[in-house]
Amino acid sequence: MSSCTEIIADYGLRAIGIGARSLPRTDITLCHQVTLIGSGMIWNIYFGALALFAGFFLATATAMAKASANPWLRKPAEWFIFVFRGSPLFIQFFLAYEALVMLPRAGIEIFGLTIETAWTTRAWAGALFVLFLNTSAYSAEIFHGALKSVPKGDLEAADAYGLTGWTKFRRIVWPTMLRLAWPGYTNEAIFLFHATTLVFFSGFPAFRQEGDALYYASYFADKTFNPFIPYPITAAYFVLLTLVVIGLFGLINRRLNRHLPGETRPRLKVRPQIVR
Amino acid sequence: MLCYLTSGKHMLFYGSFFVVLLLIAVTAPLALALGFGGAMAARSHLFPLRVIGKTYTAMVRGVPDIVFFLFVPIALDQGLEYLRHKLKCPDWDQPIRQGNDFIVCSAAKLPLSSSPQIWHEIYGFSLATAAFAVVFGAFAANVLYGAMQAVPRAQLETAEAYGMTRRQVNRRILIPQMWVYALPGLSNLWMILIKATPLLFLLGVEDIVYWARELGSTKSAVYSYPHPDWRLYYFLVLLVFYLGMTRISESVLGRISARLSRGQATMAGEAQRKAAGA
Repeated sequence: MSSCTEIIADYGLRAIGIGARSLPRTDITLCHQVTLIGSGMIWNIYFGALALFAGFFLATATAMAKASANPWLRKPAEWFIFVFRGSPLFIQFFLAYEALVMLPRAGIEIFGLTIETAWTTRAWAGALFVLFLNTSAYSAEIFHGALKSVPKGDLEAADAYGLTGWTKFRRIVWPTMLRLAWPGYTNEAIFLFHATTLVFFSGFPAFRQEGDALYYASYFADKTFNPFIPYPITAAYFVLLTLVVIGLFGLINRRLNRHLPGETRPRLKVRPQIVR
Repeated sequence: MLCYLTSGKHMLFYGSFFVVLLLIAVTAPLALALGFGGAMAARSHLFPLRVIGKTYTAMVRGVPDIVFFLFVPIALDQGLEYLRHKLKCPDWDQPIRQGNDFIVCSAAKLPLSSSPQIWHEIYGFSLATAAFAVVFGAFAANVLYGAMQAVPRAQLETAEAYGMTRRQVNRRILIPQMWVYALPGLSNLWMILIKATPLLFLLGVEDIVYWARELGSTKSAVYSYPHPDWRLYYFLVLLVFYLGMTRISESVLGRISARLSRGQATMAGEAQRKAAGA
């Protein structure tokens, strides 16, 4: 039996391939479970944070496209949102994995340059890409709704001040849209972090047993035949992560609404969403 | 090609679409009932009942649902086997948890190891349905609780002024009016339920994802129709199936919403009244 500090040294960063090579098989202690599941959370945070960050920009662009009068912009945006919101994320993962596996193994040659394709089938790239597109579609719908409810008076005031085009968008439309969309977007962020648990349960295999929190939780449930310890640990980690997300987004919400008088300032009402 | 698509395995594949539809058809009313019970309990005047209701509705917030989907079936399975074990084998002297193993006497196994395959499948399916119903029941409880709060206070107070008892207020005023407020949330839940069905695969039920993987993967020459890796196309079919379900649900829910808004003191109801008058 080893002490808990040794276990943390061995397994604390196991999920990214640092530390002990093999996973614990016998004598699984509570410390093992807490450490390894915690190290798996690195992946959940990685997927969630990067997809959210990149998705924010694509979502803004898609929302603008969906609100535009030009059908060449509007139709693709509508279809993009429908496809990603109308089908299960689970199936999207499978589909993406199978599609990426079909890319030629040796790489694609373009103008004499060989583009490696093998890395796209690995979870850190492929799953991140799917999550990025998925969260973009969901957030775009939220942003589009907010864009539609930007007060008419604000826009007229902007016109009266002679603001046009990019300046008008950056100074008036975009901040107001964000302000209105923020409560919904917070839910979307929480939702996305929860969705990252699907990565290693669908198409993408865990490379060298480096998986996320749920991957390790199910490993322990399998090995110990006792689901009553690993799953609640996972749940506790996620509750913690959710609280952190709510805190961060609450700070941004405060900043977005700082020009409003205290009474009318909207509070973040968190109503976490569910499966996608 | 036609021959290939009508092979026995493919028939099972098509059948699994009905399994998915069956799951939705069974889970939706169950979850609604559970949610209704949870919401009523959360509003109850009895303290223990209220605690149960509130805990149930709070349970699903903040924790990924998939954790519940993995947890509930195993917990149910072991709980049932433990109960049967206590009843059927009272003279069993060994501990049930031997280190890491969960061991019950063979008479308590669910389903009995001697029973035919179909029972194993039905048992797995029922466990999955229970997990879905519990989780979605909690979501529905959240929605219905909010809807009950949204019914205008004045309506309930008027009913009380007419001398109705609490029960009567609930049955005649609150429940008929809450649906229109609950509908947006419930239709959202319905969409989510549809999109959650592939999780059946994780619970070990042979559903469409299972068959799509089986049939699509590379076949060696042993099979009657060898083919390369076609999983991509099978999953495309699934994608289209789900998109279709979403589209149909959207239009049906739109109609229900219009029907429920009739004569209600909401914006949609008001718009309908004006349109009818004009």
